[in-house]
Amino acid sequence: MHELPQQLANGLALGALYGLIAIGYTMVYGIVQLINFAHGEIFMIGGFGALTTYTALPSGTSLLVAIPLMILGGALASVAVATAAERFAYRPLRSAPRLAPLITAIGLSIALQQLVWQFYPDAKKAVTFPEFTGKAFQITDNLAIQRSDAFVLALAPLCMLALGVFVSKSRSGRAMQATAQDPDTAKLMGINTDRIIVMAFAIGAAFAAVAAVAYGVDKGQINFEMGFILGLKAFTAAVLGGIGNIYGAMVGGVVLGLAEALSIAYIEEIPGMQQLGGGAWANVWAFVLLIVVLLVRPQGLLGQRVTDRA
Amino acid sequence: MTVLMEVNDLKVAYGKIEAVKGISFTVETGQIVCLVGTNGAGKTTTLRTLSGLIKPRGGSITFDGQPLGTVPAHKIVSLGLAHSPEGRHIFPRLTIAENLQLGAFLRKDKEGIEKDVQRAYELFPILGERRKQAAGTLSGGEQQMLAMGRALMSRPKLLMLDEPSMGLSPLMMHKIMSTIAELKAQGMTILLVEQNAQAALSLADQAHVMEIGKIVLSGTGQELLHNEDVRKAYLGED
Repeated sequence: MHELPQQLANGLALGALYGLIAIGYTMVYGIVQLINFAHGEIFMIGGFGALTTYTALPSGTSLLVAIPLMILGGALASVAVATAAERFAYRPLRSAPRLAPLITAIGLSIALQQLVWQFYPDAKKAVTFPEFTGKAFQITDNLAIQRSDAFVLALAPLCMLALGVFVSKSRSGRAMQATAQDPDTAKLMGINTDRIIVMAFAIGAAFAAVAAVAYGVDKGQINFEMGFILGLKAFTAAVLGGIGNIYGAMVGGVVLGLAEALSIAYIEEIPGMQQLGGGAWANVWAFVLLIVVLLVRPQGLLGQRVTDRA
Repeated sequence: MTVLMEVNDLKVAYGKIEAVKGISFTVETGQIVCLVGTNGAGKTTTLRTLSGLIKPRGGSITFDGQPLGTVPAHKIVSLGLAHSPEGRHIFPRLTIAENLQLGAFLRKDKEGIEKDVQRAYELFPILGERRKQAAGTLSGGEQQMLAMGRALMSRPKLLMLDEPSMGLSPLMMHKIMSTIAELKAQGMTILLVEQNAQAALSLADQAHVMEIGKIVLSGTGQELLHNEDVRKAYLGED
């Protein structure tokens, strides 16, 4: 158990990354009841947008200066693609049977991957992303936090806090809640629900771009396929936390991240389970956790049953 | 009296099914105009079309001198037309105060809004007592009060109320109906859809009976209240 604090820190950092991406699934689902399966690719495009921005900066620019600009450039790219997808792919299908937009989302996901693969220079294999260098922060003798982990651990709560304040306090946030709860009645109040839907896609895309930069500076490389499995995990996190609930997305992300980290470290220490531990099985345990939670709480950890009388 | 709303040969269809088959009526400033009729007569469809939630198939709607047919729903409330929908449709997970404020979503005059929130609390004291409570926790009658209060928050020229007494206890129904009378006394123009014909007709200046998408009978509230066919069909007399 000596390495427990370290495992918890790793799990938290991974969970924060999942949570940032999960926000995009949960916000769009909360408002238009669509699982935007192309959101993983929105995350990926955020990464390539950030990389393009970095390439355009004069060489030798310090990462401290570059990172805010990369987040900005990545978000510009991801928001542009996400809002275009909403406008041209999803909006025309808004009153179609729910299977139609779902299949469109899957198609869009493949199309976006292929577009980056084809047209982004050298993207046919993994491309190098500026990496955080420098020593990890040694907290105690059994806990060291990588700079990239510290980055995501600081940024994710900040983003969540900003989103929480925006949704509960601002006029647009109030309109967003109204649209999620009852879109027709929101229109009767004078709320332009189309604009609110675009806003939900845009916020999710911007958060995904933040996540993509955090991912890139951690791994030192990005690739056109990275949105697939991370998107799936983030979607799992959103469902785990209670899809439609923005805090649920973060809670689900953290629970999933911790479960993965702890399963990698400890499952193989359980007698008789030596074969089922380690990194290769992490995804299995993550999804086992999802199944168990959904059996016990189908609405997810923070999902609420609607208090809606007569 | 000036004509505030004129509906001319309005037709509305869901796919191939025509729900409203060419109806015409007018609403004059200061009047209560009432649409009565059974389930499926097209009353709710008519109101949803007037507020832009459904596009008409034909005919015209003129409100305050302006044609409405193609105006998107979210722009209609700013013209002075408020709609309290059937089934109340309050925002269940927002508080009562937040629901009322959403009724004034397009207004910019903070002080005026705050004044009108207070007025809603005076009109319905229970809402004031529970202002911080989630609206979904209110009883049906209280939700109806909230829906009416919310519709008033836009300071409408015309208030459309769809089945305000649906599913309410007799006591609560009485309270809602007397509030409607009170609003009229203050000069509000109201388009009222009701299945409770007795109460609605006694309040109405003008009333129209709808049956499967058409207006089959029109007159003043009193005329219809004493009309034999109406008494048989809607007031349960034989």
